[in-house]
Amino acid sequence: MRKTNVLLGSICAATLTIAACGSNSVSQEEATEVTLTLVTHDSFAISDDVFESFHAQTGITVEVLTSGDVGSLVAQTILSAKNPVGDVVYGVDNTFMQRLLDSSAIEPYETPALAHVPDQFELDSTYRLTPIDYGDVCVNYWKDALSGPAPTSLMDLVSREYKSSLIVQNPETSSPGMAFLLATIAGTPDWEDFWKQLRINDVAVTNGWEAAYYGDFIAGGGSRPLVVSYASSPVAELIYADPPVDEPPTGVLLDSCFRQVEFAGVLAGTEHPSESQMLIDFLLSDTFQNNIPMNMFMYPTSSTAELPPEFVQHSQITDTPLFLSPADIEANRQDWTERWVEIVLG
Amino acid sequence: MNRRTYSEIGWRTVAVVCGVAPIGFLGLFFFYPVINIVTSSLSQGWAGFTDIFNSSRTRDAIWFTTWQAAASTAVTIAIALPCAALMARTSGKAGIWLKALVTVPFVLPTIVVGGAFKELFERLNGSVGVPNLNQTAAAIIIAHAFFNFAVVARTVGAYWAGLDHQLEEQARTLGSSGSHVFWRVTWPRLKPAVFAAGAITFLFSFTSFGVVLVLGGLRQATIETEIFRHAVVRGDLATSASMSVIQIGAVLCLVAVTSHLERRTNVSTQMMRSAIAPMRTGTKTTIAVLSLIFLGSPLVVMVERSFKVADGYGLQSYAALFNKIPQLPTTAIEALGNSVIYALIATAIALCLGVVCALAIVARRDAMGRFLDLAATLPLGVSAVTVGFGILISLNRSPVDWRTRWWIIPTAHAIVAVPFVVRSVVPMLRQIHPSLREAAALLGSSPLQIRRQIDLPLVARGITVAAGFAFAISLGEFGATSFLPRRADTLTGPQAVFRLLSTPGDLLRGQAMALSVVLAGAVAAAVICSELLASKRKGRSEVDMPIGS
Repeated sequence: MRKTNVLLGSICAATLTIAACGSNSVSQEEATEVTLTLVTHDSFAISDDVFESFHAQTGITVEVLTSGDVGSLVAQTILSAKNPVGDVVYGVDNTFMQRLLDSSAIEPYETPALAHVPDQFELDSTYRLTPIDYGDVCVNYWKDALSGPAPTSLMDLVSREYKSSLIVQNPETSSPGMAFLLATIAGTPDWEDFWKQLRINDVAVTNGWEAAYYGDFIAGGGSRPLVVSYASSPVAELIYADPPVDEPPTGVLLDSCFRQVEFAGVLAGTEHPSESQMLIDFLLSDTFQNNIPMNMFMYPTSSTAELPPEFVQHSQITDTPLFLSPADIEANRQDWTERWVEIVLG
Repeated sequence: MNRRTYSEIGWRTVAVVCGVAPIGFLGLFFFYPVINIVTSSLSQGWAGFTDIFNSSRTRDAIWFTTWQAAASTAVTIAIALPCAALMARTSGKAGIWLKALVTVPFVLPTIVVGGAFKELFERLNGSVGVPNLNQTAAAIIIAHAFFNFAVVARTVGAYWAGLDHQLEEQARTLGSSGSHVFWRVTWPRLKPAVFAAGAITFLFSFTSFGVVLVLGGLRQATIETEIFRHAVVRGDLATSASMSVIQIGAVLCLVAVTSHLERRTNVSTQMMRSAIAPMRTGTKTTIAVLSLIFLGSPLVVMVERSFKVADGYGLQSYAALFNKIPQLPTTAIEALGNSVIYALIATAIALCLGVVCALAIVARRDAMGRFLDLAATLPLGVSAVTVGFGILISLNRSPVDWRTRWWIIPTAHAIVAVPFVVRSVVPMLRQIHPSLREAAALLGSSPLQIRRQIDLPLVARGITVAAGFAFAISLGEFGATSFLPRRADTLTGPQAVFRLLSTPGDLLRGQAMALSVVLAGAVAAAVICSELLASKRKGRSEVDMPIGS
């Protein structure tokens, strides 16, 4: 008898919890104000007060739904096209955007805020995807661990001086790994030969960024002084240093940087198209744009946004990043990665 | 003795509810989504299948997945069986601590364990000269043994304790040696539990994702990682669906074989309470120390890092878990709170569903029973990508527009945990001697009373084990959760760890380690609580149990 009571008790507890939470959502629905859902990837982060100020301006509440990494976000957005889980999608980058543009999942909207966005970021002539932030994937070096000078060009990486120094990620499983492969395709005369030489130079490969950065790279106690990471990683190393430091322990090989631009778009099938467009406008407002660097370690695309002092002082970002068109990337991704696997892992 | 003489209608109703409730639940939240995503992806064409069989890479992946899972299962059983023997003989506080310790690995984020193992392999390589196992199949197999140690040790241990030990006593009296008694008398009767635990370990290793990516070699693709690569990286759902079909087919074959073997082995009984043969203190200590080293080494690396701060050691990383930082939408402690709530709900659902399924599976030896057996085990063998994307495109219209509801996450966790519950409880139910039920029936008990007063108390050990697993699985779950769209503020503990590790900086890394330690602590606490609760109940139930002397 007692055992059944315990069992019944746990069922009741579960039911009550579900019921209690159910009533929460009802009270939300009763409100007449519009609630928009922003669908994004797991790395999305912004201060709480940012969407509160949007609410104060417009009366619109924003709820954030996260959907895994960028690839997963794009796949989920396409799968639920026409019957979307939210109103606006944010965080699709130029390595994946063509796949989304080939679908019918997003609607065009040309925001007036694009006036403040440099042309180099506007990669979608149909105005379905609006550029919100950007960042570069670059080779980082641990300053104190280099015996000689820091590398200055991609081609330096294959010289004997940097033998057994570099660690990269597998482009088949890692987004920075893919970006660095694209950097070598755009930035070396013969990328296949470059990777053959890198292999001779004992390049190390991991499946993901964490395993590279916190594994074989100096930061995680490893022995290699060069790693594929982000242009903003040195700033993060400075801000989250323990003990505090005056200068980042790492630097960036500016010649190796592949540019990643992140976009937002209105999802086709939203019940609130005009409010969704207001949200796109807001994503390019200074309130949102100024908040991007310290939360996501990316750079704002709007020219009216201001960088925080840590970024102004310590971040290095190149004016001439390496770049490939989204259509090229989508068309060749499979061939390039398969060729890479043969050369580097075969 | 004749079943017809008992309230037949009542029995029928119970049987129907037992069968229908779990099928309905699994059907709605698992089978419908999976079938839906597979058929809709394949409707684009069957080219995926020809591609798969023409590609040597995919053939290699299928082969590698199968043999590494088989090897992982064999290694896990070999390593954990001595510990199961120890657990069957250890009661009281020591027993509870042992149970808590072996369950902890379940909840640890793969990325953290992967890093710890990597460091361990390198240290062993540097100091003792063991070949560096990083990026080899051996690393994957060792990690699978680490994660599944508890499945074998606890399932088999609990079953072992419930065997009728008089047979061994008699064999010894007749002059058989210790090993002879084990292989001739104990092992044959342990088999049902070993098959059950082995099946779970195999499925877990068969669909393992994080371990393969973090510790495995770069060319060591498995069916699971290939499904992810095709669906997420390439956006090729047709091929990933074809691979899902192959995965499901393989899993069905395996489950059919093991449940057949599980059935065929003889039913063991404990009509009389008898004491299990004691173990020499030296043997006990050796097993305990070796298990502790195997399970503890990666944990020690993690704990050490969690206390490491700029100038030595301190609690700063733990204190920081209470602060809001930009990388997380909530504080780490709130994420942990979410995880605990989800885990409690998932455990409640998984236990209800699993126990009902187990009762029905044991009661019905016909096709229906076999079907339920398969249906309740399959969720462990299907890719998280397939389930996540399936729910996304299936539970998307009124009245079932549930894909973004918060409770879909604990529901998904519960579905993954059901196989553990079923496999822990079924062998125990089969262990009950039919004459016990017959005697009760003869004395006028209704079938429902028999269930409640004989079956449930006797499988309480199994249910306690299962509850610990279900809680740990939900608390540590990462895969299915990351393929479902979810509200940012319902972040779970493992996701918080992952996000803390994805921005550079020692402070964030320290916090990730501290949060992992707290997760491990939470699961240990849950196991200890459930064991204490169970031992209290056992103390009371012995009074009204029909057996015992």
